[in-house]
Amino acid sequence: MLYAIQSLPFLWDGLLITLQVSALVVLLSLIAGVILGIGIVYGPPWLYWPIRIYSDFLRGIPLLVLIFFIYYALPLIGVNFTNFMSVVVALSAFEAAHIIEVVRGAIQSIHRGQNEAAKAIGLRFTQRLLHVIAPQAIRRFLPPWINAVVDTVKGSALVSLVGIVDLTLAIQQVIGRTYVPMPLYILGAIMYFVINYILSSASRALEARFAYIRE
Amino acid sequence: MTYHLNYDYVWRHFSRLSWGLVLSLELAFVSILIGMAIGLSLALAYTSGGGFVRRAVAGYVEFIRNVPLLLLVYLIFYGVPSVGGFAYDATESFVITLSVYAGATMVEVFRAGLAAVPRGLIDAGKAIGLTGWQRLICVRLPTMFRIVLPSLSNAFVSLFKDTSLASVIAVPELTYGAQWINTNSFRVIEVWSVVAPMYLVTGYALLFLLQRLERRFTVH
Amino acid sequence: MSEPASVPVVRIRGVKKAFGNNRVLDGVDLDVHKGEVVVVIGPSGSGKTTLLRCINLLETYDEGSIQVDGVEVGFRDGGEGVRKHRHDRDLARIRADIGMVFQLFNLFPHLTARENVMLGLRKVRGRTPADAKQIAEQWLARVGLGDKFDSLPSQLSGGQQQRVGIARAVAMGPKVLLLDEITSALDPELVGEVLSVVQELARDGMTMIVVTHEMTFARDVATRIVFMDGGRIQIQGTPREVLSATGHDRLKAFLARIEMKHH
Repeated sequence: MLYAIQSLPFLWDGLLITLQVSALVVLLSLIAGVILGIGIVYGPPWLYWPIRIYSDFLRGIPLLVLIFFIYYALPLIGVNFTNFMSVVVALSAFEAAHIIEVVRGAIQSIHRGQNEAAKAIGLRFTQRLLHVIAPQAIRRFLPPWINAVVDTVKGSALVSLVGIVDLTLAIQQVIGRTYVPMPLYILGAIMYFVINYILSSASRALEARFAYIRE
Repeated sequence: MTYHLNYDYVWRHFSRLSWGLVLSLELAFVSILIGMAIGLSLALAYTSGGGFVRRAVAGYVEFIRNVPLLLLVYLIFYGVPSVGGFAYDATESFVITLSVYAGATMVEVFRAGLAAVPRGLIDAGKAIGLTGWQRLICVRLPTMFRIVLPSLSNAFVSLFKDTSLASVIAVPELTYGAQWINTNSFRVIEVWSVVAPMYLVTGYALLFLLQRLERRFTVH
Repeated sequence: MSEPASVPVVRIRGVKKAFGNNRVLDGVDLDVHKGEVVVVIGPSGSGKTTLLRCINLLETYDEGSIQVDGVEVGFRDGGEGVRKHRHDRDLARIRADIGMVFQLFNLFPHLTARENVMLGLRKVRGRTPADAKQIAEQWLARVGLGDKFDSLPSQLSGGQQQRVGIARAVAMGPKVLLLDEITSALDPELVGEVLSVVQELARDGMTMIVVTHEMTFARDVATRIVFMDGGRIQIQGTPREVLSATGHDRLKAFLARIEMKHH
């Protein structure tokens, strides 16, 4: 038990890696997901199908399979990423696919009369998107997106399987030295729980804040 | 660096993949059945229970849904035996883990499904003199099942993909088979280019079949 | 009665549109001059709403020409006599001068009444916030909503929302106002407040094209009534001419059906 407490700094480092990976993936997947999501809703047909196939494919395979594939395959095609970069790419690609669907759902749930009214007063595409569509879409976008963020944090645990010393691998390593699995697993679970619980509480608060926009 | 595709190794050991796929499906199926049992009982307890029960159920759900599945797999496979003093094999352990995981999702699905049963139907049941238990069995549960079928289908396909995590404790399902071929032959692109579509196609096939089933039962 | 201006505000020639096999618009010719109130009536599926929506290109038209103030709405000159579809930017500029009020109001739910009216003034007309606020408030007051500047659409009744919709369209200073069955989604007791606003606008000289089922309104406010059926204009004329037309079978049948609905 004493060992467990002495290992806390080590676990802390692992936690930082988990947070770094998660934050990076959230940012990259958000940017890619929103851009591609807008593209799939408003873009021409030749844009729709590639994005659609990408989204369906990546959502149809397990995250673990994607991580292994990218981790092993990238070097073979000459791309020399570090382990860290490979998993960030894999996780971001995976989450982006989900965010595309969230964006698409949010935009398409807005009544088409809104877009028509915006056109009727002479707003251009970017203006319509910025002043009419986005303010309404954001409310529908945030709860599922925060779910995706929680999934990202949970998914980040898989990086431990390709050698990144995140919280999960840190726990494994400490257990390897101290032979007290249960308390450490529980401690790790609590740490993940705290992070994700804070995120989902934020989601509930945001939902309440935007509830004044009734249909 | 040039890389020549060669699928020989993959085809020679394809049985690891095909049997692995079968095992993945079995794992998912057993887990969702147990998960549904857990979920239904807890959902009913939540709906009819008092503050303590509700907090306990909510605690279970929140805990499972906010913790990575991988950590749960480790916790149950490595952690529990160390305090319980027993050992179980990897497959048993994984089924327990995935069932507990599925159970948390199922509680939410069934709770929402029960809440979505139209008041009118329940009132009709009262009006013809059915008791609370009878209303539950004859009116609320059948209706609820029809309402939640789409969610159940999606949950099942999700669980099927989650079985890939069994590979980390050496359960010989599809991903483990792929990893085996991967590390023994380094035919990386070949093996994953076969296994990824296997997951994808199986997932779609499952959805398709389940949708056919749904259509027989949907509520309007 | 003043003479109509020589160039019609809206000039429609030979407009055709098909959805697959369905010929929604089958050769429509129509001129609308400044100050006119043209009311379009007809059974559902006659193409009247589609025609209206083609004028500000919320729907495209396949053949023919629609010109607003001399500018072809749907196409530009692609050189060598070829017509090309207009880009979003061009369309935005053209639409700024055409106002539309919708059956389902389509107010922006995240903006107050004042902000709904201000949006176009700020972003399309380029007004300063202070100017836009003043103009918006003036128009909202004119439609009888002087105490509702800060209300959100969800806090307003149907009739009030529609009046905001009218203010939003009219504040832009359009050359022509398109009204698409603006009272069809309203509870009967709220229809009157909306129609009296439209009547006032007509009295002040706004050029309008109105699609409606409200026959009394058509009779009282229209300078011309157009009856459409099967994608074409069947008959048009002054209200008295059209509404008492004895020779026209389809019109008579349509009017009879409308009469029955109101009893």
